[in-house]
Amino acid sequence: MLTREPEHFPPSVNTVGRMGRTVLFSLRRTGQAVILLILAIINIRYALTKRAQREIVIQMFASGIRSLGVITVVAFFTGMILALQTGIALREFNQEVNIGTAVMVSMLREMGPFMTGLILAAAVGSSIAAQIGTMTISEEIAALELMGIDPVRFLVMPRLVAMMIMTPLLAFYTSIIGILGGGIVGITQLGVPWVKYMQNATMYAETKDLYVGLLKAFIFGIIITIVACKQGFDTTQGAVGVGLGTRQSVITSFLLILISGYFITRLFY
Amino acid sequence: MNAVSFQNVSKTLGGKVILNDVSFDIKKGDVFVIVGPSGAGKSVSLKHMVRLMTPDKGNVMVGNDNVSTAAGNELTLIRRKFGYLFQGGALLAWMTIAENVALPLREHTDLDDCTIMDKVHDTLKMVGLENDTEKLPANISGGMIKRAGLARAIIESPEIILYDEPTSGLDPVTSRHIDKLIVSLRAEMNGTSIVVTHDLHSALSIGTRIAMLYHGDIVELATPEDFINSTDQEVKEFLAAQYITRRGAWERK
Repeated sequence: MLTREPEHFPPSVNTVGRMGRTVLFSLRRTGQAVILLILAIINIRYALTKRAQREIVIQMFASGIRSLGVITVVAFFTGMILALQTGIALREFNQEVNIGTAVMVSMLREMGPFMTGLILAAAVGSSIAAQIGTMTISEEIAALELMGIDPVRFLVMPRLVAMMIMTPLLAFYTSIIGILGGGIVGITQLGVPWVKYMQNATMYAETKDLYVGLLKAFIFGIIITIVACKQGFDTTQGAVGVGLGTRQSVITSFLLILISGYFITRLFY
Repeated sequence: MNAVSFQNVSKTLGGKVILNDVSFDIKKGDVFVIVGPSGAGKSVSLKHMVRLMTPDKGNVMVGNDNVSTAAGNELTLIRRKFGYLFQGGALLAWMTIAENVALPLREHTDLDDCTIMDKVHDTLKMVGLENDTEKLPANISGGMIKRAGLARAIIESPEIILYDEPTSGLDPVTSRHIDKLIVSLRAEMNGTSIVVTHDLHSALSIGTRIAMLYHGDIVELATPEDFINSTDQEVKEFLAAQYITRRGAWERK
């Protein structure tokens, strides 16, 4: 049951009590988010129904295609900055031809998935949190439950599947555009020919760089969706609550993306 | 047999007693109206019937089922007996009126699209929205939203229809139209209706029995005729505040 009664607790009497309550509430929220994730994964078995397929495509369009513009610009300039900064440093040693490797490996391993994750957390995660939050406030979630329609299957699962598919694809796209941006800086600012840049880029990059990057993006997609949906379902206090939930969703996603990103890197390298 | 029974139900929210050992029975076929001032516990009572809220003490029975302790499939089956008209309609904003009304059928039945749309059209005709099927909730009036919400609530012919403030925020003409709809639906569907409102004109015209909640207690439970003649001070004040005299007529003093 996602529709919950309003909770009221007596004010804490001292700092220790307040800290204890904060820790307990955080643990409870984390547990609820994990349960939500498990339920959403269980409901993936309904992803092949006609209605779910339609909804997944709509969500893929909303999360992926609509974010394409901003992702392109961010990826392009990230690659350009990477190439410029690395190139300036390497030029001291006449090694600017090696910017290809630096840009390729950075984009595939880290910058591609991170940039994509952060943009999607801000653009898509906030949108999901606001939409579900508004639905919670206007009793649409309660209405779904009363109609015997599981909100996890109806709302969370299609968004989760869409993000599981789109985030790795967009991370790959971000990496390609970043590498392209780096190449353009190489040609125009550092005098590195395109062929040399690409030869160097492909020489040291490994398949592992690609699949670890895609794995990261896949996990970031899950984090963004579950955090946003959880915040949405927890929304109280009307329009103010929707704003707070949206803000909290973006902050939590950012933090979890950075923390989980570190541990995935640590695991594979 | 009772459609719904409250058995010594108590509920406290945020330290405030909302329901205090409340007991009443709603008979099958009744149009049972719960009236009372804001914050008296009317909507809370309604939410207990479908377990959107759980009592601190006591039980809420739906037929022979205890909804207060039901969970999982049992709760889903009990809830399927109800149609619920939410105060704000609770229509899904991205779906058209027709899609909203069709949703329960699409989710619970294997009917083909043509049959579903025929049924949706018939139901929307009952509430006077047959010409607005393709409009989005954002593009229709408050009264139309309530009627669309009502159409969605009744599309599966539930045994009990719950109305949460069906006339609040509506002009008097639309309010009376909604009242007529409630009465005609009861006649057509032969079910039980439970209405929460603070609109006494509406309560007196549609109700077969009226209960007044005041500070968590039922202070009056009577037929409309007896309700008007109640000697209870709170009921008298409530009637007087809406310019309703003992004859049931509107009278401004």
